[in-house]
Amino acid sequence: MTKKTETKTKPAQAAPAAPPAAARTTGPGRPMKGAEIVVECLEREGVEVIFGYPGGASLELHQALTRSKKIRTILPRHEQGGAFAAGGYARASGKVGVCMSTSGPGATNLVSGIADAYMDSVPVVAITGQVPQAMIGKTSFQETDVFGLTLPVVKHSYLVTDLADLPRIVKEAFYVARTGRPGPVVIDVPKNIQQSTTQPVFPTEVHLPGYNPSPCADDLDAKLAEMAGLIEKSERPVIYCGGGIISSGAHKELLEFAEKTQIPVTTTLMGIGGFPETHPLSLKWLGMHGTVYANWAVENADLLIALGVRFDDRVTGNVKSFCKHGMIVHIDIDPSEINKNKPANLAAVADARLALQRLNKIARAPSHKFAKWRAAIGEQKAKFPFRYKVTDEARHNLYVHDLLKDDETRIIMPQFVIQELCALTKGDAIITTGVGQHQMWSGQYYDFTAPRTFITSGGLGAMGFGYPAAIGAKVARPDKEVIDIDGDGSFMMNVHELATAHIERIAAKAIILNNQHLGMVVQWEDRFYQGVRGNTYLGDPRNPHQIYPNYMQIAQGFGVPAERVVFKRDVRPALERMLASNEPYVLDVIVPFTEHVLPMIPAGKGFNDIITE
Amino acid sequence: MFDWLHFAADRNIARQRALTYKGGLMRHTISVLVENKFGVLARIAELFSGRGYNIDTLNVAPTLDAKLSRMTIVTRGDDATLEQIIKQLNKLVNVVQIQDFREGQYVDRELILLKVKADSKARSEIMQICDIFRAKIVDVQQRELSIEITGTEDKLEKFLQLMDPFGIVDITRTGKVAMPRQTKTAAASEAMGVRSQH
Repeated sequence: MTKKTETKTKPAQAAPAAPPAAARTTGPGRPMKGAEIVVECLEREGVEVIFGYPGGASLELHQALTRSKKIRTILPRHEQGGAFAAGGYARASGKVGVCMSTSGPGATNLVSGIADAYMDSVPVVAITGQVPQAMIGKTSFQETDVFGLTLPVVKHSYLVTDLADLPRIVKEAFYVARTGRPGPVVIDVPKNIQQSTTQPVFPTEVHLPGYNPSPCADDLDAKLAEMAGLIEKSERPVIYCGGGIISSGAHKELLEFAEKTQIPVTTTLMGIGGFPETHPLSLKWLGMHGTVYANWAVENADLLIALGVRFDDRVTGNVKSFCKHGMIVHIDIDPSEINKNKPANLAAVADARLALQRLNKIARAPSHKFAKWRAAIGEQKAKFPFRYKVTDEARHNLYVHDLLKDDETRIIMPQFVIQELCALTKGDAIITTGVGQHQMWSGQYYDFTAPRTFITSGGLGAMGFGYPAAIGAKVARPDKEVIDIDGDGSFMMNVHELATAHIERIAAKAIILNNQHLGMVVQWEDRFYQGVRGNTYLGDPRNPHQIYPNYMQIAQGFGVPAERVVFKRDVRPALERMLASNEPYVLDVIVPFTEHVLPMIPAGKGFNDIITE
Repeated sequence: MFDWLHFAADRNIARQRALTYKGGLMRHTISVLVENKFGVLARIAELFSGRGYNIDTLNVAPTLDAKLSRMTIVTRGDDATLEQIIKQLNKLVNVVQIQDFREGQYVDRELILLKVKADSKARSEIMQICDIFRAKIVDVQQRELSIEITGTEDKLEKFLQLMDPFGIVDITRTGKVAMPRQTKTAAASEAMGVRSQH
């Protein structure tokens, strides 16, 4: 019996492709509690880290985790932070992120993180404790219907009703989360299941008759041949690619395809990093706050090659007029994305990487290599780079004015901070963001060259995502510099995660572009609501000359070094100090609130309505 | 005597169109084979409500294979909506198979239980109509008759029209159940057979 215990602590997971026979021996040999079975299953799935916050209905699981030698359990300071951290971990590593909470409020706090993973197709498994089965439906203490609560925002979910099902369910959950179009899976485990004992049998295969995440439909080759023909006939093609490039790991194939055919590439916000932005064929990203030239190219294209994208409204604006002169070719792993928002002229259901591999074998550029087209785009590029200027308005912000003490030429523009960071990190850091203006500027002014380096809540647009996601990303990639570029509004939403970073020694850094406002909403107020401020001021109205809150003191309370930067000349040295630090770090950069993110295509409008001034 | 078959052949085309295109949108009958797993009905109901699709009727019951249930859903929408409904249903892990029935490819029935006001004078007339429609009287009270009737949508609509003047007190309907004329479920059952060995 003791020998068998030995097998448990060194499960077959050590060698990922362990023979099934060896995997099965741990099971029937040793009776285990449900909670231990969960942990054993997680180890078998190769889980290295869990972001878990314990409570009455999940402490059994945490007890079992204390005995795991393979899994690091990180305690976030709020379940939402845990869920975002799991998302950040998954986005940075490509592995399944795992978060865990207790029943009731613990589970409800996870929901934003689960919804974020759903919207951005991120593989996350969320484990929730549930009240004992006998108490379900009795409005028990800390009981919520987690299955029902998360139903609209999961790829799949389970309420474990039989202990014997547990190993199969965990295996299925990880399989469903990471295959096909990835997404979050919830496993709700009642406390009595965690506490009862059985001799588990761990399945080695998954059988789901209703789930077949095949990498492509049978007709892929025929479709690709047709596509190759369209490319040869086209004169003004554009590749429009998204998160599918990143989740399928198709960045190399995409680069090969683009270089071979000489077709310009624009990405979505989710696709940033899927194609090197420093490449001559890169148009950076398109959509509401994308480049003028990317939007111009799509507007004038005769062929749009859409890869792993979903024609989101923030990309298309008025979907009817989007790419109105062009044929649309759409490749996506999820059949339901085809024709959902925009009908495609030619569509194929396939994994982006597989499709590109095959396409690279047959696709050829026409003899002219789109030289005229690329030259026309080049003109647009030269005419409309991202740009900003220091306005009088910016200089006369109350708090900025007071801090600068008549030295207003040295004001810090938010875009400048990001440019400096990009220069200092050589575009090689992992950048996470909150949601708002700083998020758009991060996408605009940092040049991303590798996949999984821009981590942002694109679909859900969840403020507070940045810092916990940076924690998750840093845990996944300790070798990389991980920096959360945040706004003062977003940062405040999960500011408590500084404690997690400090205690767990996770060197996730944060730059707060502090403009004392909810900048993006302010921008909309300025543009569309005559500048009326509807609860968008975050400072202290009784003392608008001072910065509020004092992030120095907050960070100090958490034991995290922090500094405030007011003058432009101090930006670079401060960034250097931050980058040199090997612990968490907060840089509070005071910027004017009057800046607008430009260019901008107002919601529901088309390219002709683009605002550049 | 009224000939139902003749009546059926002679039915008013315009009225049928009105049924088919209820609310200006095409009606569809979808048959969904699902695993008998916890919460599967909730998933499907949520899919329809969360994405703003309509359900006209919904019927669920087990199949020969105790691990599977069949749902018959009557829904409305234009072609693009229907394409999405089917694709979204397909994405649900517990959905094993979906069939979108086209006109003529399937047989369908609905069962109605209804209670009609029937004093001694009206009773015989009601019974006569029931006879014509092959409806059954399943309960008789002093002033009410309970009737069971099965049939296609057209037949039931017509029957209800005829019952209306007597005063329908209560009604309960199963919603449409449908089955393809040619079976396609063999493959799905086989898939489940493989599964049950584990």
